[in-house]
Amino acid sequence: MDFKPGSRWCSVVCDTEVVVVKVPNGAVSLQCGGEAMVLKDHGEKIGRGPSSDHASGTVIGKRYVHDPSGLEVLAVKSGEGSLSVDGVRLTLKDAKDLPSSD
Amino acid sequence: MNVPLLLEMIADACPNRIGFGRRHHGLSYTDLLRQSRSAARWLTSTQSGSCVHIGLNATSVPIALFAAAHAGVPFVPLNFRLPDRQLRRLLERTAPSVAIVDSNMVERVAGVENAALVSDTEFERLCNAGKDYPVRVSDLENQAAVLLFTSGTSGEPKAAVLRHSHLSSYVISTVEFNSADENEAALISVPSYHVAGISAILTNLYAGRRIVYLPVFDAQDWVNLVVSEGITQAMVVPTMLERILDVIDRTGADLARLKSLSYGGGRMPQAVIERGLRLLPQVDFVNAYGLTETSSTIAMLGPEDHRRAIESDNPVVRRRLTSVGKPLSSIEIDVRDQSGRSLPRGQSGEIFVRGDQISGEYVNKNAKGAGGWFATKDGGFMDDEGYLFVEGRLDDIIVRGGENISPGEIEDVLRAHPDISDAVVLGVPDNQWGECIAAVVVAPKSAPSEKSLVEWVRKRLRSTKTPQIWQFRSSLPYTDTGKVLRRQLKSEFIKQKSADEVVG
Repeated sequence: MDFKPGSRWCSVVCDTEVVVVKVPNGAVSLQCGGEAMVLKDHGEKIGRGPSSDHASGTVIGKRYVHDPSGLEVLAVKSGEGSLSVDGVRLTLKDAKDLPSSD
Repeated sequence: MNVPLLLEMIADACPNRIGFGRRHHGLSYTDLLRQSRSAARWLTSTQSGSCVHIGLNATSVPIALFAAAHAGVPFVPLNFRLPDRQLRRLLERTAPSVAIVDSNMVERVAGVENAALVSDTEFERLCNAGKDYPVRVSDLENQAAVLLFTSGTSGEPKAAVLRHSHLSSYVISTVEFNSADENEAALISVPSYHVAGISAILTNLYAGRRIVYLPVFDAQDWVNLVVSEGITQAMVVPTMLERILDVIDRTGADLARLKSLSYGGGRMPQAVIERGLRLLPQVDFVNAYGLTETSSTIAMLGPEDHRRAIESDNPVVRRRLTSVGKPLSSIEIDVRDQSGRSLPRGQSGEIFVRGDQISGEYVNKNAKGAGGWFATKDGGFMDDEGYLFVEGRLDDIIVRGGENISPGEIEDVLRAHPDISDAVVLGVPDNQWGECIAAVVVAPKSAPSEKSLVEWVRKRLRSTKTPQIWQFRSSLPYTDTGKVLRRQLKSEFIKQKSADEVVG
């Protein structure tokens, strides 16, 4: 998968969409709901939902990271599927604790 | 990541929330998305290279900003407070463009070649006329989202280029999405041609926090709006804060709902911030440091830092009240000497910065150096715990007899004098020393003698840092964004001096 910064990826089993914030070091395959994600406008939904072990959901505005590769994505649309790389669940990045400066 | 996506996200998460304007009849995020898409279709049809805005802050500003972003052309807010000739000159430089202009300003810029003028009322009609399906632009991420003209203190103003990637990096690395309570509201009184006027739109929108505009700053109006609109946060420049505190002092206004007040854009006198902390104990103060070229904030002094500093007897901790705090976690800062070597903590040099939000780029000129580092042209140092102290523009440093003297340090000492409310220090050409130090001070009640002021400075700093020329004024000239007009004062001194020499 060609993770350019800012590239937008869609789930094929739910509404989840993510944008790449930090690219991984090395080749990884990003999945949502247990199925490989596709570049926006470059793939069709398949006619079923996320697999039961990858169905804990992705939430808009949250950042998810894959520590081993450094891949970081921002969810820009929520969906029922959860994000994983090679079967390993991505972790939710801690909320920013910054006061508003403008 | 791109700017329209920030709006699409919040419109998806909170479609009916009011994002701009008054609590009851403001603009919702869905309205903003629809109107800006409609305006984008019109913008695309004009085949303009940029979308200019000349006018006071109003909801047309975010609509035009996002319309330009959807259409893949830069949004270019111009400083309408400039004299007509300069304003027209800037507009010429944006051509071919369309300019959305407040009706009462149209005449001032009419007839500029290849700049099509649209009044604000006509723009409002266009925002509601077109189809609202999205315009598709490829590689939006690397397009220019905003061009901001720097104040142009030396020669022609430069147009800083802020790309979609810079602005959206800044937003997603500093703001938690949709984290604001529905009752939160931010009051914006900086103009849209100031970087904080742009970043405030994006960060508050991404947080889901309503924005209320005060188009022309007046301290009493500001206080009234905070009360009537239930304002919970605001950003001000130092000159504004002082006047706001005067109003609160005089009227006893109760700003109980105000939670957070950030300030930046110029040096905050320590006496003013101490007074602010005393008068508004419930408020979280945030000092933000950033430049146009850095997409706004790169370092901040947070509320806890403020409280710790003011309560401390330790001079090292206390002086942090005059620092700009620590760099954001997404930002690297390096202080370097003139030969480009990194300096250890505590030593003054030029502040360099690096990070995804740093543009460091002007139209036709990339000013970023090796490794992506941008030279801010600000002097400063970091203390042992990583607090950054900004001493001022390197151009303003006074070189007297080979010694580099930073005006900020002397200004702080002068402002701490009980009879002085404001002071600026600058270098004036001098045959013997290269430059000598001049001080312009405001002493509202009674003017202290020059001799006593010399004594005051000498006691606190070295004698080489004591001003030789003193001038008393009733006020200092500031820009509306809180920067003191040093160059104007300096050229007045030089004129005065050469006149004296002719006479003498």
